[in-house]
Amino acid sequence: MDKLTVNTTPVDARPAPKRSVGPVAWLRSNLFQGPINSVLSLLAIWALIAGLTPVIQWAIIDADWIGTSREACGSGGACWVFISARFEQFIYGFYPSELRWRVNVTFVLFAVMIAWLALPRLPAKKLAAVMTLVVFPIVAFYLLHGGSFGMPAVPTHRWGGLMLTLVLAVVGIVAALPIGVVLALGRQSKMPIVKSISVVFIEFWRGVPLITVLFMASVMLPLFVPTEVDMDKLVRALIGITFFQSAYMAEVVRGGLQAIPKGQEEAAAALGMGYWKRMGLIVLPQALKMMIPGIVNTFIALFKDTSLVLIIGLFDLLAIVQAALSDSDWLGFSIEGYVFVALVFWVFCFSMSRYSQHLERKLHTGH
Amino acid sequence: MTTPSSPPPRGKTPFWRDPAKRALMFQALMLAALFAAIGFIVSNTLDNLDARGITTGFGFLDDTAGFGIVQSLIDYSPQSTYGRTFLVGLMNTLLVSALGVLAATVIGFLMGIARLSPNWLIARLAGAYVEIFRNIPLLLQIFFWYFAVLRTLPSPRQSMSLGEAVFLNIRGLVVPAPVSESGLVWTLVALVVAVIAAIVLVRWNRRRQEATGDRLPAGWISAGMIVGMPLLVFVASGMPLTWDIPKLGGFNFSGGITVLPELLALWLALSIYTGSFIAEIVRSGIQAVSSGQTEAARALSLSGGMTLRLVVIPQAMRVIIPPLTSQYLNLIKNSSLATAIGYPDLVSVFAGTTLNQTGQAIEVIMMTMAVYLILSLLVSMFMNWFNARMALVER
Repeated sequence: MDKLTVNTTPVDARPAPKRSVGPVAWLRSNLFQGPINSVLSLLAIWALIAGLTPVIQWAIIDADWIGTSREACGSGGACWVFISARFEQFIYGFYPSELRWRVNVTFVLFAVMIAWLALPRLPAKKLAAVMTLVVFPIVAFYLLHGGSFGMPAVPTHRWGGLMLTLVLAVVGIVAALPIGVVLALGRQSKMPIVKSISVVFIEFWRGVPLITVLFMASVMLPLFVPTEVDMDKLVRALIGITFFQSAYMAEVVRGGLQAIPKGQEEAAAALGMGYWKRMGLIVLPQALKMMIPGIVNTFIALFKDTSLVLIIGLFDLLAIVQAALSDSDWLGFSIEGYVFVALVFWVFCFSMSRYSQHLERKLHTGH
Repeated sequence: MTTPSSPPPRGKTPFWRDPAKRALMFQALMLAALFAAIGFIVSNTLDNLDARGITTGFGFLDDTAGFGIVQSLIDYSPQSTYGRTFLVGLMNTLLVSALGVLAATVIGFLMGIARLSPNWLIARLAGAYVEIFRNIPLLLQIFFWYFAVLRTLPSPRQSMSLGEAVFLNIRGLVVPAPVSESGLVWTLVALVVAVIAAIVLVRWNRRRQEATGDRLPAGWISAGMIVGMPLLVFVASGMPLTWDIPKLGGFNFSGGITVLPELLALWLALSIYTGSFIAEIVRSGIQAVSSGQTEAARALSLSGGMTLRLVVIPQAMRVIIPPLTSQYLNLIKNSSLATAIGYPDLVSVFAGTTLNQTGQAIEVIMMTMAVYLILSLLVSMFMNWFNARMALVER
């Protein structure tokens, strides 16, 4: 009889063939798979080098960073002095400098609320949501506008810069959320009049550009209210933005509502719950969770769209930089100004879109 | 033994607990509230208009406008009416929207496919394009192209030129204009005939394939016909087309077509911005076709090109078209940002200058909004029809 040898310890894996590992293999399989891809890769590398070298040269190597006036910029590169000299104005607008701590406190509060909402480890999300949607706007209003609690009032025409951009976007989204929920419920309603009013309202605002809405808010809204009422320019813009945004919000909410299986509502009805209980306790809490990525996406769109208010004469971040560009002391630095604004918007929007993608992936697990 | 007691006689349900009646009441209340709100707004508006001495109505459309417009596709002079300014603005909006939709589609599809390229560098470059441009406000991009790029171009005398025919300077892009001579109409006739013949050929080919299984390369034949036939007629009729080449005279160019820098900036910004959104839509549409589909097509021994054309693209288009529609609509609406750099679109000419000169805020804004609403409706109707044609026929 032959002896059978049985080896119970596994043999070590042999190393992968040399041709399939290492940087050369990576290059072969990712950049130079065939003649066409090789040519494309070489072209792309050439374009990258040709395009990026002058940009880096201009923006970093040749740039002027330190100084306070135009004289500091003589090297031919980017003049970041222009940004640093005007930085406070770009952030706070014409807010009185001795009162800017109030804006800072609001920024910090806002950051804390967002961190509380967004970081999954922190507890009491419902309380956080209520604080952000109800308490924070009131506190922020008293902090920014003042006029009570011994704080001097700062009229809205002195607001500007990044602060105004954030005010417009946050107020727009917070005010649009409840209206959007009501509109979405109205659109799903079985009552024909309620449904048609909601549909017409939503489709009207979604069909027109934001610019015409802002024009309408600035020239038509004053005609709609009694002559005695004098509306602030910022308030008018906010009303326009809120209506516009609520229609988009309604569509997001509708998407969330449709994602909840019908059985949920039917089960609630079988337990004898009325409409508002079914919606408020069963459907909306589940739907709202599904809607968060959509809400973040509409917020990104709104955040970018707030730059349109410069057309009706409000000084948001873009408008205040645009105004600074025509200052005779700082002529000719438009690229620096635009790059700065683009960078600020990009950092905000890119991080928000990454967060929303992360949420979408997280919400898609249960299936 | 007890007999089961009959249920107590049902009293009439009070009307406030009957869902049907309650819904009716609620809706009546809502209508009343709506009418009250409208009435309140209308009466306020009438009071305010009275106080400012503005008369309502569309009579102002027949008054002389008295201002010039830098670009108009139809005849326009300062003696024209305000109604004419509306048309000029509308045409300019449509022009930039059509150009933008075309360019954005091309950029978007190229970049969306490039993002899925097996070439690591190309995929990353396309990804960088998408992430950079869709996260920066469109208005800022328009400003960048207009103030930072096109406004810093040299004056007409130092224009950048391409083959002494195309010139780029601070006043815009000057390109040669085609001038048709008599006889060009036959080339157009040939083009129309070729297109009709191609449609007939494709239909006949499809029927023939269904009946016999044979198929001609109809796509190549019709492409050849559509290009070849007009070309043949064009040459045969003695090339009745000349080019009006722009010439530098004094301080500006004469002849040719001048594309305004405002139009260029708006077109660039709109197509690059919207293209980045379309690229994402195309990418997700192609990725939505499961790999099992491609594998099944390969198992049926379809070639790579046929797999793409007959299996992947039709299914991907179904996912792509609905969001693509809303991107087109966004582009049309975003073209209203023209007003920020002074491109004479509808909002800039009509809701801007005309409104300021006449003070007819309500009529002007309402007309402007109606135009965008109608455009939105038309585009979504067309796309719904297209979508229905492309949709999966479920059995």
